Amino acid sequence: MKRVSSIKTLAGPAAASLCLLILLFYGVFGDQAQLTTDFSQSGLAPSFAHPFGTDWMGRDMLTRTLFGMSRSLGVGLLAALISAAVALALGTIAAVGGKQADRAVSWVIDLFLGIPHILLVLLISFALGGGMKGVVVGVAVTHWPSLARVVRAELLGLRSAPYLLASRQLGKGPLLLAARHMLPHLLPQLVVGTVLLFPHAILHESAITFLGFGLSPHEPAMGILLAESMDYLTSGMWWLAVFPGLTLLAGVLLFEYLGSWLQKRFTKEASI
Amino acid sequence: MEEGERVGLIGPSGCGKSTLAKVLSGMLCPQAGEVRLDEKPLPKKGYRPVQLIFQHPEQAVDPKWRMEQILNEGYFPDRDLLNALGIEKEWLIRYPRELSGGELQRFCIARALGPKTRFLLCDEISTMLDPITQAQLWELLLHCSEKRGMGLLVITHNRALAERVCTRIVKFEDLNGKGEETHAKK
Repeated sequence: MKRVSSIKTLAGPAAASLCLLILLFYGVFGDQAQLTTDFSQSGLAPSFAHPFGTDWMGRDMLTRTLFGMSRSLGVGLLAALISAAVALALGTIAAVGGKQADRAVSWVIDLFLGIPHILLVLLISFALGGGMKGVVVGVAVTHWPSLARVVRAELLGLRSAPYLLASRQLGKGPLLLAARHMLPHLLPQLVVGTVLLFPHAILHESAITFLGFGLSPHEPAMGILLAESMDYLTSGMWWLAVFPGLTLLAGVLLFEYLGSWLQKRFTKEASI
Repeated sequence: MEEGERVGLIGPSGCGKSTLAKVLSGMLCPQAGEVRLDEKPLPKKGYRPVQLIFQHPEQAVDPKWRMEQILNEGYFPDRDLLNALGIEKEWLIRYPRELSGGELQRFCIARALGPKTRFLLCDEISTMLDPITQAQLWELLLHCSEKRGMGLLVITHNRALAERVCTRIVKFEDLNGKGEETHAKK
């Protein structure tokens, strides 16, 4: 009985992770043959042969979308992971580094939260000359503050927990306390926070690329696809924007779904 | 406080009994004065010779650990002690949330009774236990105290308990203002 119910509860999240993994690795293992230019096939509306239609150079839009998603996910993943690492480091410094460190880190967090994300990402990406590096650094540098806050609050609570004091009385050193008492409580928060960072990172990456400050046209991520489609909308090629847009939305929603599932699971575990 | 002496500390709520216990065990640093053991400051590393048992056992154990790990964190208590405390074998594989407050408190006591414990500070440790278990528990602690020459500080509201268990009773009100008593030397 128990096995059946656990399979049921795991099916959704497992399918979502599988989808995202396939999307992520499509860029590496996908078939590039469909991307060759063929002007006899240009501007075809969606059909069975080309479910997402073809673009003005006769390339299959489904393949382009999948490659674009793969690149966008890669950039988002990298940015989110760097962001989480920064959040962990600064949150820890704030929590255990004493009053001055806490004040300094909190000030930086407030500063970053006070400026609209998109503006800062634009500036940083532009200053670094755009491209992959600009986008990843821009998104990573702007997305850590809320997670750093969570880490700081969690650690502050843990630091004065009676079981930690008791463990210290029993002769455990600070490293052991951190690894065996604090990390297991911190990790769920960190994982959920990181997963929920992905959709933000991906959307911001697409947004600045769309605006022309991010990735360059020879790195066709979702933002590039959407930006290019704008030129052809007036000639009636609606599928160039609609399908890639929906795919991006679906990817983001999958991440949201995974993140909130993890969150629910961890809070349930804690409350039993 | 002498080795093997049993001191009862009584006083009204909120007067600082628990804080004093934390200071004496070395968990908190006193703003003024010093806690001494054998004329030396308390050790800052390794198993502390002064152990404190908390009033709320459910906060004193890591909710993500199994009872076995919690019990063996400082040393490995032998079966006799566990039997004497009424700790069942099947409890060992459970998580703290699967045990009651009284059951958890027995683990906390076992955990603090390591061979290197020379003074045991008991901060309202038996409030959540039923009278029979309370009696058994104090019997055991008295026995340990006598056998090893371990000092006991019993913090309680219950005057009758303090009179029954302790060799000397200190009222918290009497401590204030008298410097040499507050910095109770050990």
